[in-house]
Amino acid sequence: MATSDTLDAYLDGAAHALRLPIEPAWRPAVKANLATLLALAELVDAFPLPEELAPAPVYRA
Amino acid sequence: MEGDSSNASASEIAAAVAGGKITASAVTEAALARIARRNPVFNAFTDVTAERARRRARALDEERAAGKPPGPLAGVPFAVKNLFDVAGLPTRAGAKINREHAPAEKDSPLIERLEAAGAVLVGALNMGEYAYDFTGENIHDGDARNPHDPARMTGGSSSGSGGAVAGRLVPLALGSDTNGSIRVPSSLCGIFGLKPTYGRLSLARSFPFVASLDHFGPFARTTRDLAIAYDAMQGPDRDDPICAGRMPEPTVPLLEAGIAGLRLAQAGGYFAEGLLPEAKEALARVAAALSIERTIELPEARRARAAAYVITATEGASLHLDRLRGRANDFDPAVRDRLLAGALVPAALVGKAQKFRRWYRDRVLALFDEVDAIIAPATPCTAPLIGQKTFMLDGVELPVRPNLGIYTQPISFIGLPVVAAPVPLSPLPIGVQIIAPPWREEIALRISYALEQAGVAVAPKPAIDGAI
Repeated sequence: MATSDTLDAYLDGAAHALRLPIEPAWRPAVKANLATLLALAELVDAFPLPEELAPAPVYRA
Repeated sequence: MEGDSSNASASEIAAAVAGGKITASAVTEAALARIARRNPVFNAFTDVTAERARRRARALDEERAAGKPPGPLAGVPFAVKNLFDVAGLPTRAGAKINREHAPAEKDSPLIERLEAAGAVLVGALNMGEYAYDFTGENIHDGDARNPHDPARMTGGSSSGSGGAVAGRLVPLALGSDTNGSIRVPSSLCGIFGLKPTYGRLSLARSFPFVASLDHFGPFARTTRDLAIAYDAMQGPDRDDPICAGRMPEPTVPLLEAGIAGLRLAQAGGYFAEGLLPEAKEALARVAAALSIERTIELPEARRARAAAYVITATEGASLHLDRLRGRANDFDPAVRDRLLAGALVPAALVGKAQKFRRWYRDRVLALFDEVDAIIAPATPCTAPLIGQKTFMLDGVELPVRPNLGIYTQPISFIGLPVVAAPVPLSPLPIGVQIIAPPWREEIALRISYALEQAGVAVAPKPAIDGAI
């Protein structure tokens, strides 16, 4: 899990790379949402999955 | 159906029109008058297509007079979430930015199919901006208001679809469901909603949100109306690469088959946590009516919800990347800030979420070897107050906006068909999810119909109904 400082650095770098303007007034909410998202992504990442498992970007039931 | 069509179901209206008891034009005028009177309170409609509706109704009446057999939705007024293309209207998708788009040239195929069955489009409906919403709040068009208590949320993002059907403005509406946007407003507004199997109904000619998870489906006040509308919309569509090539599998003839022989279970574990007393009560009533004794656990449902959350934010951000760069100030801040965050999540983690989806799908499908349908809560609570930012679930204070869909997300994540059926608790209704295996919508509809016949699932009339 990123610390608040490393999350700030990551947010700045990634937003810059993507040419996304993040105004100072929005930044706390964007950062909070990013922290939530990364925590949820970490929950998924922590789950062991077989290497050969095909992803399901277009789901077929 | 006698005289007043306000509380009539779609099937009652269609029967009355087919039988010559009332004209499609009279039904349409009554619907337009109700919209004019009630919409200032409920804010369900963003566009009313009155002249188009009148033309269509006149044509139906002329066709009937000429002896053409009426369709199963003859003269039924309906409306669509404003992310469906409606010829002549910009497809606004609840957004300020999109209303600058050129008007759509052609209707969504689902509108075409409902109109081919005799239905009459009367307008487009309010929704959460870009469908990224569970509340029904919209800073551009105003918040949709719950007909059972206008101080409360309709739920979202198909907010106007919930309000228009519950408020008796129309008997039938269409919406979309990426993570719960049909099932959440159905639950909070006390109506029936069907989210079919992923890939069942065409998504062509609409404004998208998350291609991996988007579904369309109907809202109504009876199970039969859901089934009639759903049957009319089924079938392949070359204009939508996600739409499956399956031929229509009609559900209306199976509705009254009953539930004898169906193996039913209630979802436990994750789906039994965080429920407020009203959600527990609704589930208990449904479980008792269906004599459900078995509890079943969907493995890793919490992780499934997390993966759906990640895929939604990142695919949504990808869709809106240029608008986030150039028009960020024109978004609803609550949507913009989540999309901006979504844009910053590394792709490696999104790939993991899509892989997990495959794993979870395989495990949940295996459960359907043992059961034919699973009952689960639709929302943790009845409709929160408009503007309410947090609620308490199991003693933890959580934001309302992303958490109204905690029970719907793990189901749409793998595209299972679901009917949200309303339990008429007082003072506010709440829904229950009836979840079936892929491509088996008829099982969920049969169970919903049986609950309706038993008086357990009913779309209650709002108390305000007589006043406006």
